[in-house]
Amino acid sequence: MKARIKFRKYGVMRFIGHLDVMRYFQKAMRRAEIPIAFTGGYSPHMIMSFAQPLGVGVTSDGEYLDIELKEPIRSEEAVRQLNAVMVDGIDIVSFVQIPDDKKCSGMTIVAAAEYEVSFLESAKSAYDTISIGDAFTKDSDCEKLIEDFLSQDEIIVLKKSKKQEREINIKPLIYRMEADLDNDKLHLFLAAGSEENLKPDLVMDTFFKFIGTTDTEVPVHYHRLDVYAKNPDYGKGNDRTQFVSLESLGKRHF
Amino acid sequence: MRKLALTDDILMKIEKPARYIGNEVNSVIKDKSKIDIRFAMCFPDVYEIGMSHLGIQILYDMFNRREDVWCERVYSPWLDLDKIMREEKIPLFALESQDPIKDLDFLGITIQYEMCYTNILQILDLSQIPLHSCDRTEEHPIVIGGGPCTYNPEPLAEFFDLFYIGEGETVYDQLLDAYKENKQCGGSKQDYLKKAAQIEGIYVPSLYAATYNEDGTLASFEPITESAPNKIKKQMVLDVTDTYYPEAPVVPFIKVTQDRCVLEIMRGCIRGCRFCQAGMIYRPTRERNVERLKHYAYEMLKNTGHEEISLSSLSSSDYSELKELVTFLIEKFHGKGINISLPSLRIDAFSLDVMEKVQDIKKSSLTFAPEAGSQRMRNVINKGLTEEDILSGAGQAFEGGWNKVKLYFMLGLPTETEEDMRAIPELANSVSKRYYQIPKDRRNGKCQITTSTSFFIPKPFTPFQWAKMYTNEEYISRAAIVKHAFNEQLNKKSLKYNWHDAEVTVLEGVFARGDRRVGKVIEEAYSMGCIYDAWSEQFAYGKWLAAFEHARLDIAFYNERERRADELFPWDFIDIGVTKSFLRREWERAMNAEVTPNCRQKCSACGAGVFEGGVCIESKN
Repeated sequence: MKARIKFRKYGVMRFIGHLDVMRYFQKAMRRAEIPIAFTGGYSPHMIMSFAQPLGVGVTSDGEYLDIELKEPIRSEEAVRQLNAVMVDGIDIVSFVQIPDDKKCSGMTIVAAAEYEVSFLESAKSAYDTISIGDAFTKDSDCEKLIEDFLSQDEIIVLKKSKKQEREINIKPLIYRMEADLDNDKLHLFLAAGSEENLKPDLVMDTFFKFIGTTDTEVPVHYHRLDVYAKNPDYGKGNDRTQFVSLESLGKRHF
Repeated sequence: MRKLALTDDILMKIEKPARYIGNEVNSVIKDKSKIDIRFAMCFPDVYEIGMSHLGIQILYDMFNRREDVWCERVYSPWLDLDKIMREEKIPLFALESQDPIKDLDFLGITIQYEMCYTNILQILDLSQIPLHSCDRTEEHPIVIGGGPCTYNPEPLAEFFDLFYIGEGETVYDQLLDAYKENKQCGGSKQDYLKKAAQIEGIYVPSLYAATYNEDGTLASFEPITESAPNKIKKQMVLDVTDTYYPEAPVVPFIKVTQDRCVLEIMRGCIRGCRFCQAGMIYRPTRERNVERLKHYAYEMLKNTGHEEISLSSLSSSDYSELKELVTFLIEKFHGKGINISLPSLRIDAFSLDVMEKVQDIKKSSLTFAPEAGSQRMRNVINKGLTEEDILSGAGQAFEGGWNKVKLYFMLGLPTETEEDMRAIPELANSVSKRYYQIPKDRRNGKCQITTSTSFFIPKPFTPFQWAKMYTNEEYISRAAIVKHAFNEQLNKKSLKYNWHDAEVTVLEGVFARGDRRVGKVIEEAYSMGCIYDAWSEQFAYGKWLAAFEHARLDIAFYNERERRADELFPWDFIDIGVTKSFLRREWERAMNAEVTPNCRQKCSACGAGVFEGGVCIESKN
């Protein structure tokens, strides 16, 4: 029996790295008395996996972890018990049942992630934002800049991995990039997961370079909105939705 | 939203920002407008070390139970942040409120080992509090020191406003109440210090003065005002069951050294090893009630979510209800993915049986601390362990499937000869021989006997407080003798030898038995950039030698002479219960290699009986 937990990460918790968030949840499962299953052996550990690591400094409304349960627990109960033991800066949003099938685990199905980019007065604070206009358009039209950026034949960047550096074309990995002028934010919908993964800072660095500025001149804050899988029903009948959130693949009630 | 003391750009460029943001599970946030006293509790080392300390967790919980007090935590910023804070003049802050330490009422610093002394100055300096007590004004917090090193607080005397000598559970309420009262009456800091000096266990160094003989030894040490007592009586909790214990300790986000629940089962030790300070200053031995411990174990695990619980004491095998407690922990928690860790257990049939249940034999190792290689030397230090005990314990363990053993020894003990040094590798070899007596088909490959030696450092309030130490060169040559002798052993391929750094030993020796004048050296070394001296990659012996030169102090005076029987020691003004005459008797018995029975075998009239508690009254109940 498997469950998927969706949580938000914000405030000072943005400085807690991925590995420590994992440790945090292991301890939280015990405090909340969630009937989580363990592996066997001399040092049993909880069966738990996180969908998509979040960088230090980034906040999120849509983080996921999947756990295996040894006995059922009602979704509302689980959310209530977990929220009772959370710290400021982590909230449990939902607890849904997912199929036992390995192919459904959050780790393997992640296909995209959506981000909100805000522009800051200085790198000192993620809360003091400025308008898009002040951030980078000067007197030109910011929507036009994005359009020009995306209409390049290819967008080549140098991607550094642990082993090597290589040039890749990130254009096909940018599913959507648009300005939200009302809220002075920029939206990014990017490829994510184990096959192809594009980090938002790589997009923004490249974009800034394209328009002739840098992220030291215009500090930004990244906020993840949600993480998505490919819609298993895409193309069936009239379903034209390409991506669905990981949460929506689960059943709300046990 | 909680505002942090450090800006995002700083937090994003330093290592492990989680060290500085607070917000941990079970940390305490209070409304500062409803608080009378704000207390910062400090462990002057990096977060991961400081957060592993049980004493602070106990006091943090105890202080925060008071509605009028908000106790927060602060640790040494790591070198990366230290540099930024100096450059940008950012004042050191408390983790919970993120407010500057300098705006709080108290800064309490626990002093657990000598090599953190420069970090104490770092804490004061970064807090923008003057290093010397005499340079502080009414605006600065009261700086209190506590912990084992305060049994000789003199090297730090000028940096602290007061010291709390002994266990924290007893007179802190009085100390805080006196502060509140003094504040309400409009009293000055000086008024408060004078009042504090009258509370039992509180030492206000500025109210005392020392004079010295021509040979540099202490001539007199006396209060300069009538309001300060001649003797400071160590504080201790007689009833360790009905006292404070944190049922919901703070849970760090990052992995710390002690990443588990700690169950302190007793205080003190009945054994009376002559080198051991803890064995004397925590007398008499006091046990916590086993039913209460079971309750704490359950609550702590539930409230923290930790996956491990560890017993803590100086000698867990001497806890009279050990079997009952360990059986309970195994039955109740072991099946639930909770590790049970049992340090400082004597190796016998019971402990092996327990360890087999809770550990992976293939991975774990057995630990013995004979402390000395020869039986004569073990008699000198009053370590009751015999070679037969070690070999039969190791033998049982080898039969049970273990093949790794760790052995701990000290070099440079009083009366040590080359024969005693050579006995160390010989003992290690005997242990390995015992392993190879097992038929080959029942053995688990080769055995691995790891021997570590540290250099003995005489500590105040031990029978060895009169002992001489050696020079850096002499320590190295002693380690070389041992190393050489290891190479001569038959089973040398199964034996591994490590030794502790000699330079650090020399400094620890000076600080452990130093007087007020040593403070100057610490300050000099700090001004030359020494901090984190307990971290070997940071430790700069050359700078320390220069600091001694600048301060015109001689290491040899503190380390390389045997002290006279009647010498007045800088720490003699502290009364720990155990008498100087008992310690001297023990010194003399040591010189004759005579063993003294432990507290349960026979009372040796050490003086701790004045407290009328613990093991001293056990048989009388």
